[in-house]
Amino acid sequence: MPKSIKVDVLARVEGEGALYLNFKDGKVADVQLSIYEPPRFFEALLRGRRFDEAHDITSRICGICPIAYQMSAVHAMEDAFGVKVEGQLRALRRLLYCGEWIESHALHVYMLHAPDFLGYHGAIEMAKDHPAIVERGLQLKKIGNEIVELLGGRAVHPVNVCVGGFYKVPHKRDFQHLAERLKWARDAALETVRWTASLAFPEFEQDYEFVALRHENEYPFNEGRLISNKGLDIAVREFDDHFAEQHVAHSNALHCVMKERGAYFTGPLARYNLNFDQLSPLAQAAAREAGLPPTCHNIFQSIIIRSIETLYDCDEALRIIDEYEMPDVPAIEIQPRAATGYAATEAPRGTLYHRYSIDEAGLITDAKIVPPTSQNQKTIENDLWHFAARYINLPDAELQHQCEQAVRSYDPCISCATHFLRLNVERT
Amino acid sequence: MKKIRKLKLAVWKFASCDGCQLSLLDCEDELLAVAGAVEIAYFPEASSNYVKGPYDLSLVEGSVTTAHDAERIQQVRKQSKALITIGACATAGGIQALRNFADVEEFTRIVYAHPEYIRTLSQSTPIAEHVKVDFELRGCPINKQQLLEVVSAFLHERKPNTPPHSTCVECKLRGTVCVMVAHGTPCLGPVTQAGCGAICPSYNRGCYGCFGPKETPNTASLSQQWVQLGVNKEAVNQAYRSFNAWAEPFRKESLPDA
Ligand code: SF4
Repeated sequence: MPKSIKVDVLARVEGEGALYLNFKDGKVADVQLSIYEPPRFFEALLRGRRFDEAHDITSRICGICPIAYQMSAVHAMEDAFGVKVEGQLRALRRLLYCGEWIESHALHVYMLHAPDFLGYHGAIEMAKDHPAIVERGLQLKKIGNEIVELLGGRAVHPVNVCVGGFYKVPHKRDFQHLAERLKWARDAALETVRWTASLAFPEFEQDYEFVALRHENEYPFNEGRLISNKGLDIAVREFDDHFAEQHVAHSNALHCVMKERGAYFTGPLARYNLNFDQLSPLAQAAAREAGLPPTCHNIFQSIIIRSIETLYDCDEALRIIDEYEMPDVPAIEIQPRAATGYAATEAPRGTLYHRYSIDEAGLITDAKIVPPTSQNQKTIENDLWHFAARYINLPDAELQHQCEQAVRSYDPCISCATHFLRLNVERT
Repeated sequence: MKKIRKLKLAVWKFASCDGCQLSLLDCEDELLAVAGAVEIAYFPEASSNYVKGPYDLSLVEGSVTTAHDAERIQQVRKQSKALITIGACATAGGIQALRNFADVEEFTRIVYAHPEYIRTLSQSTPIAEHVKVDFELRGCPINKQQLLEVVSAFLHERKPNTPPHSTCVECKLRGTVCVMVAHGTPCLGPVTQAGCGAICPSYNRGCYGCFGPKETPNTASLSQQWVQLGVNKEAVNQAYRSFNAWAEPFRKESLPDA
């Protein structure tokens, strides 16, 4: 049994984190997922900025899921001003999100997560023995980026989203090439589901409270009520009544917990468990073929669920492109007013909540952002307690590796988690 | 044939969003070729194999915002033959450098739970304010083609070809009609360094300055033009205060009395 596990620089996660476990008298004595990535104080620096700058500024919280920030920000503003973006503009936003999910999921499945299962340091090392697999992953990822580039101008921090819609919308013909590519991607995603389902998973089922958006007739991206498998069912506007952020000593990120029941779980597993019936028939069939039940409680299997969501994204993207007709205007008109707006959208890693208060001049007076990773932090730590306790007799190196793997299963985005407001200044 | 030692590449992260280093992984068609040409010796986001320094080339993303990072960048410099900074955080302090303009007292008055848990400096500063930098690649985010060009130039010991002209020139090259002339849309293109390929104007939007100030930008004249287009002076100043706010020409032009 190890005395301690110490991973100072967690590899293959987005951002900077460390992992510490201590053991005493044959038991786990302490677990810390430590986030030492320096805070960047987005909520503070948003104050005084114009309402139509928030999405471009907050997208810089995370280079891996900029669309999520842009979507949560513009929907919160639209909520504040009492407008709703509908029709083809709404569909284009879904398409944009499909692109980000494909890109982000392919990155995680192939480059960050799979090497854990196959015993490599990373995808580049893995490519030496499995060139076709890594190549498939890279091409899938590229197609996700191509969607974002077409609609947004570039893959990282795209420029085309605005409050009310877009600066410019594509013609139907612009999608021709992409549609061909997406058909390939759909096959590749199906292969990905089969391949990930064939990996070996540690046995580890937990009784989580899963939280995700739920929309009455689609798999959730930008809209829905926040629900859970343990009775939560609220409008996004009620988020602050039910969730609270806590500040702990070992982390530069706030832990978000549910006021009533504490730790909870957001992300692909939660979405899948709460929205299985909204997946496309092809994605549902792939899940069944992979032997995955409609609810899954093993975090290590999240790699299969990301693959299923990737398949869904390809399907959904093809549907949107097929039904697309160029809208008359790229954006609906916006009249800012003094109000508070709320939005939650489903980032690749889970629910991303934004709240903004705006004054009569259209300037931001207050901002709050709760990213998925700060919501999952407590659950990750709980998992590590249970996992390490259960597998305490594994050889040290093996236990350490599996603990790291458990953390990576959440696809934590540490850049996202450390954006927050509070600070203590050391003078230079 | 003499065996050539592969050059060792390291990728470091400071305060940033990860977007610039992600651009390397976004080179889906070239990544494996790059990995064949250099030894990727330290790149935690991509691999858990940490090869010890020294390194031939270090790519540094992010700005310095903590005392610990101010120390760490010295270590990185010591271990690196060449050091290239990638992205606006590293070259100009990034969006987080907006704190540099804030009254620190005002920041500290903002309510916090346990300030003693957090350590941060009052300023976010570019890497070049701390150590010698061999080349700065601009952008928020960087352009991945430019990144490949810079790495390849380094491998072949030549000067990278990254044009210093303004975004306007890229609009002309792309055949985009000037949004300021044609539609009266305020645009930072005339004072912003090229590199992105003039994306925004091609989407009917004014440039918002991701690549920072070009050489000797005439910001005063552009600000005047914006005012003539009906933008109030405060909003003009704010426009310079984004991802490259701490770069000197933008910093100066953004001041209320500029
Ligand atoms: S320069 Fe922009 S894209 Fe690059 S790391 Fe900083 S915030 Fe991210």
